[in-house]
Amino acid sequence: MEVLLYLIPAALVLGGSGLIAFMWSMKNGQYDDLEGAKWRILDDGDLPDGHAPTVGSDPK
Amino acid sequence: MNAHTKDWEAFVTQKDDGTAHMELAVDGITCAACIFEIERALTKEEGVKHARVNMSSQRLSVDWDQSTYEPSRLVKIMEMLGYKVYPFDPAQVKARGDRIGNELLRSLAVSGFAAMNIMLLSISVWSGNTSDIDVETRDFFHWISFLIALPTVVYAGRPFFRSAIIAIKSRRLNMDVPISIGVLLATGLSVVQTFQSAKHAYFDSAVMLLFFLLAGRYLDHMMRRKTRAFAENIATLKAESAAKLLPDGSTKDVPLSKLEPGDKVLVRAGERVSVDGVVLEGTSEIDQSLVTGETQLQPVEAGDAVFAGTMNANGTLTLGVTASAKGTLLDEVNRLLETALEGRSSYVQIADRASQLYAPVVHLAALATFLGWTFAVGADWQYALVISISVLIITCPCALGLAIPVVQVVASGLFFRARVLLNSGDAIERLAAVKTIVFDKTGTLTLPEPALGDAGGMSAEDLALAGRLALSSKHPLSKALAKATGELKPIPGASEETGKGVRAVFEGQELLLGAPAYCRIPQDMVEAKRRENPGSSLIAFRKGEETFALLAIGQYLRSDAVETVTRLQAMGYTLEMLSGDRVDAVADIASQLGIDTWQAEVKPQDKIARIEALKAEGHNVLMVGDGLNDAPALAAANVSMSPVSAVHVSQAAADAVFLGEDLRPVANALDIARKSHRLMQENLGLSVIYNMIAVPIAVLGYVTPLVAALAMAGSSVIVTLNAVRLQFMSKSEKED
Repeated sequence: MEVLLYLIPAALVLGGSGLIAFMWSMKNGQYDDLEGAKWRILDDGDLPDGHAPTVGSDPK
Repeated sequence: MNAHTKDWEAFVTQKDDGTAHMELAVDGITCAACIFEIERALTKEEGVKHARVNMSSQRLSVDWDQSTYEPSRLVKIMEMLGYKVYPFDPAQVKARGDRIGNELLRSLAVSGFAAMNIMLLSISVWSGNTSDIDVETRDFFHWISFLIALPTVVYAGRPFFRSAIIAIKSRRLNMDVPISIGVLLATGLSVVQTFQSAKHAYFDSAVMLLFFLLAGRYLDHMMRRKTRAFAENIATLKAESAAKLLPDGSTKDVPLSKLEPGDKVLVRAGERVSVDGVVLEGTSEIDQSLVTGETQLQPVEAGDAVFAGTMNANGTLTLGVTASAKGTLLDEVNRLLETALEGRSSYVQIADRASQLYAPVVHLAALATFLGWTFAVGADWQYALVISISVLIITCPCALGLAIPVVQVVASGLFFRARVLLNSGDAIERLAAVKTIVFDKTGTLTLPEPALGDAGGMSAEDLALAGRLALSSKHPLSKALAKATGELKPIPGASEETGKGVRAVFEGQELLLGAPAYCRIPQDMVEAKRRENPGSSLIAFRKGEETFALLAIGQYLRSDAVETVTRLQAMGYTLEMLSGDRVDAVADIASQLGIDTWQAEVKPQDKIARIEALKAEGHNVLMVGDGLNDAPALAAANVSMSPVSAVHVSQAAADAVFLGEDLRPVANALDIARKSHRLMQENLGLSVIYNMIAVPIAVLGYVTPLVAALAMAGSSVIVTLNAVRLQFMSKSEKED
């Protein structure tokens, strides 16, 4: 059962890093506007020319 | 006249590095495109550092460099884009940071993390106990659980411990007292058992309990916060500011919090008076319907007092701001309001009542178990103590602690959809107990704005002309007429004679709209019309020499008032009406609605007296009102509601505010409250049944951590599912 000596701390560290990530994202204001966040993914303004990328495979 | 500027400085907060910050409520954000449009337009501006739209709360937050940018430009850009913005008064938003919500969410995250990891270890121990786990591995697992649980209980238990300590200090019992005791005993017992390398430890119970209860608390808090943020936006959209008259003769729009007694304020025709004051210059007529319920216009001149909430009809007035002076109506209302608020008996919430019964019973049961095992059975005292603590753990009010909050969360969502905003947490329970409803008339049963009633037999063509003429006047009656006719093109060359009416020449004929005398209407015709339309104000129209007419404009019932009143009567409520308006106007409305009990021309103190009398007879009274004169009555009633058009004082005194032009939300709110209350009682019943099953098992000593975990999770899920039923109950009704 020596493997538990590694596995349990590993599980705790992984879970703990998730917890820390959550705390950070909360402090960072990631959950302040859930309504707006779902619309912001549709914004193409961050693309270089402001246009939507071509959908599908590249026409040759 | 000097330029009219808005005092943006009053709304801006400054940071140390020269950055200015402003929060604005934005009207009209409906879609994703709006967000991008606003943010892009603003960040393109030189000097703007940061602009972000919050779509959930419909707010815009902007940071800019003070040396290079002017906030008035920002507003101009927003106006060009087609959005109305209203800055938040920093004095009102100071306490905006949601510290409680953040603390709850952090505690929830920590307890969730701990609960999952401890459960992982606990399940291994439980299954190992029935097979071949060795003592070293079990102790190792218990020690790790101990290391996770101890900091978690200290961190995530704070909201409960704090509230429990406050309750005990003031010699009360609330739900948090038994919760804290249960969590602490479960943890303490487990620590001792870990040291003694015992077979069982209850770390998972303690932490899971915290997790479930925190989840309930957090949802409850978020629901309330959403409602409050929405209410704040509405308050800001109503833009309570005043045009302050500066010594050099220019005016500046300032928020009310920046005005002081002695300041001069300019109120133009058609504007709402936002402060209490004395008229220094000018004459006008004012509409006091929001303040006294009186629907006829009142003439005022220099020296007269005017109140916040009244509407200036025709002349421009200069007011001297007064701190509520002795003997004025506002002073009277404030005094009555204070007395009423003091006399308001604090309602003991159903959850607190339950815990007051629950805690002694459970703690006595635990004591009896200990004594029974020690003396009657003759067991070792340590063993007896373990069993009696397990009684406390299994009865720890997980279900009871969730029973009420989960119903409140679901109910708040339904209230929100029914366009009702709750101001106070226990309003649901108090609404459910209502037997008698007292309505105010003006602005509550009737629409807040006047509307065209009797067009005086005018041809459609003439009515359209009158409507176009009305566009050139700011008088409330003209506005109502213009709105009723739907005309959009003013007649060119129309001029308004303040206090009399509007005159224009159209196709060679003289057109007049205004006071009957101004339009040369025969006196007997005016009097006959007055008798016919007792509750209305008259406005006259004349075209040339032959055509003239009198139009009646008055307060009309909200479109669904009759239907709602009938529905409320069918639901078994006794209805009454108390109004400050004249007898004939009130009688007219009462007969239209079929309300038999009513009083007219009542003063604020009479309204309170009537409500106190009803309360003394054992009625539970709901007061629905909007005027300044209703505010004390709203506070005196068991529970109260205000339409969103109400004056600020009344909204603050009311337990709930309903939105929109309809009266329907009142009936809907009562319906939701009744159903929620029934579910709360059901949930309490379920918790009692659960305890009646669980306690005997615990007393007999058969409780293991596995049983405790199953019982706790099971009962929590049951009460939550039962609460969710509320949503379906009201949904099926809407489909009917």
